[in-house]
Amino acid sequence: MSRKIRVLVAKPGLDGHDRGAKVIARALRDAGMEVIYTGLRQTPEMIATAALQEDVDAVGISILSGAHNTLCPRIVSLLREKGMDDCLVIVGGIIPQEDIPHLKELGIGAVFLPGTSTEDIIVFLRENVRPRN
Amino acid sequence: MPEIKERNSLEHAADERWEQETLAPVLQKRSERKQRFTTVSLDEVERLYTPADTTDIDFPEDIAYPGEFPYTRGIHPTGYRGKLWTMRQFAGFGTPEETNKRFKYLTQQGQTGLSVAYDLPTLMGYDADSPLAEGEVGKCGVAVSSLADMETLFDGIPLDQVTVSQTINAPASVLLAMYLVVAEKQGADWSKISGTLQNDILKEYIAQKEWIYPIRPAMKLVIDTFEFCTRHAPRYNPISVSGYHIREAGATALQELAFTLRDGIEYVEWGIRAGLPVDQFVPRISFFFNAHNDFFEEIAKYRAARRIWARVMRDRFGAHDPRSMQLRFHTQTAGVSLTVQQPLNNIIRVAIQALAGVLGGTNSLHTDAYDEALALPSDQAALIALRTQQIIAEETGVANTVDPLGGSYFIEALTKKMEDATLDYFAKIDAMGGMVASVEKGFPQREIQESAYQYQKAVERGEQTIVGVNCYQMPQESGHIQLLVIDEGVRDHQVERLHQTRLRRDQGAVANRLEHLKQAAHKGENTMPATIEAVRAYATLGEICTALREIYGEYEEPPF
Repeated sequence: MSRKIRVLVAKPGLDGHDRGAKVIARALRDAGMEVIYTGLRQTPEMIATAALQEDVDAVGISILSGAHNTLCPRIVSLLREKGMDDCLVIVGGIIPQEDIPHLKELGIGAVFLPGTSTEDIIVFLRENVRPRN
Repeated sequence: MPEIKERNSLEHAADERWEQETLAPVLQKRSERKQRFTTVSLDEVERLYTPADTTDIDFPEDIAYPGEFPYTRGIHPTGYRGKLWTMRQFAGFGTPEETNKRFKYLTQQGQTGLSVAYDLPTLMGYDADSPLAEGEVGKCGVAVSSLADMETLFDGIPLDQVTVSQTINAPASVLLAMYLVVAEKQGADWSKISGTLQNDILKEYIAQKEWIYPIRPAMKLVIDTFEFCTRHAPRYNPISVSGYHIREAGATALQELAFTLRDGIEYVEWGIRAGLPVDQFVPRISFFFNAHNDFFEEIAKYRAARRIWARVMRDRFGAHDPRSMQLRFHTQTAGVSLTVQQPLNNIIRVAIQALAGVLGGTNSLHTDAYDEALALPSDQAALIALRTQQIIAEETGVANTVDPLGGSYFIEALTKKMEDATLDYFAKIDAMGGMVASVEKGFPQREIQESAYQYQKAVERGEQTIVGVNCYQMPQESGHIQLLVIDEGVRDHQVERLHQTRLRRDQGAVANRLEHLKQAAHKGENTMPATIEAVRAYATLGEICTALREIYGEYEEPPF
């Protein structure tokens, strides 16, 4: 039996809007994944370190403050520096359409906007997390 | 009272007759669209409301007349016939210069009050040059790090003539100090200035999560502002007890109402414990509610809020001044209800939510812009939001009569239900030792998380329908809307300005006054006078909050 998908749900920056992060964390858990929630106000360094320590398959960044263009690329590059090249990074929150292509070029696997069904996120993770032994 | 009992049974008998003779044959032919009809809070709504649903409501006791206890029908006897609600659009982005320009633009377009949105570093008590502020300066609101920024923000805006609402909580006492000093520099008399500070720290721990210090010292800072304003700025509202964020975080309408009013009770208790006479400070406590999608539920919520507060103030606190019993509130349409999908539809949502606020008797109103699920409002979107209020006020006729829905069987039954259920929550929270203790235990936080999750599940099961999201979707979104973009240049500009401010000031005076503030905090004195002196010397927001952090420590949220 393959191991459960492990996901770090992360809230970077000063943003305190955690409704989405908590709903997603619970939905992923209900879908059988192992979920670690960072809590609020994490720096990119703290998030990358937690991802490494927890040996997660995916990091889900929740951000509604408009600081995504600064914080998301930094998280991705720190994960790569730590050798977590296979770790899938997805983002959810208030992200203008115009910013999405750029975020994807920098290594963000998907950007989920308000109104996304938790089921879509679950399916995306199941289909895109690299299988490990 | 046998007479009333007989009437009740007659009313029930009449309902039964209708159900058997008229309703049953129709239901036999065709069932209703759903098994269960619910509000957006997942609360069941009956098919029909009749006099039988209002038999436990007493007209003179529970509904009464506007301008009279318990104020269910409003605090003004003339409703909006005397004065319309204040149209107060929340605005703030980028630099103080840019927001100052937006304020002047909105005022020229007929807006009647100002409302400042600060950026996240300001809300968290960090200066623009703090490493933690990177990527956040000017994004969610205007960046204010010192008195110099505040002077620019209100340049050419006379603070003794305009009422300004400031959405600031953890560092609220500092921003109040900056505001008072700017007013003084403009030549305004503090005793004449009016306006509102949000300053509701309880809801930060409950929902909005922008805290700095641990709960109890943070409460002490709130009470310091009560004391100070009661003495020096008696027309200023030092708090706006806010349900808005509680609702946005996922609470039901009932939870929003119950937690907000119980927060209000907590502030009154702390004020009394600090030695403030009830009728001196409670009249300046104001409230702030959400206007969500479910039209009637929202209207009932506002009406219940007024009735509950009036009774609590009279019966629990022994208030005598009617102004202590009159709940005044601001309303904002529900940001969380706005959709990214087919964003122009948001204009309609906002209009209907705003109408609920007006029919509920709001004292001031903010209407969201249609593009807010995507970014901060553009000029055009902000203007449509303001025009929405003007259309409701000037064209629809809803402001012609007071509490037009009063007496509706449905509205009155729902108002009563909200009141009863709120009192149940009060009993639970009282039993836990009050709101501070309940928040420390994570009670309201867990209640809200649960509701948020249940709502999301209801949407995903299709029980809650959202046009464009889980029905009437369009595969390819057409049309492009122009969004407001805040570039990183804002941070550079603000950092440079802060640098200039630091160069120009008397460093010795700053150090001295920060030390005074720490001493005041340490001794448990009122911190407002020392905060004002620090602000006058151009100590920055970050420096002042750091000084207080050294005394009070910082809050860490336990996992709930």
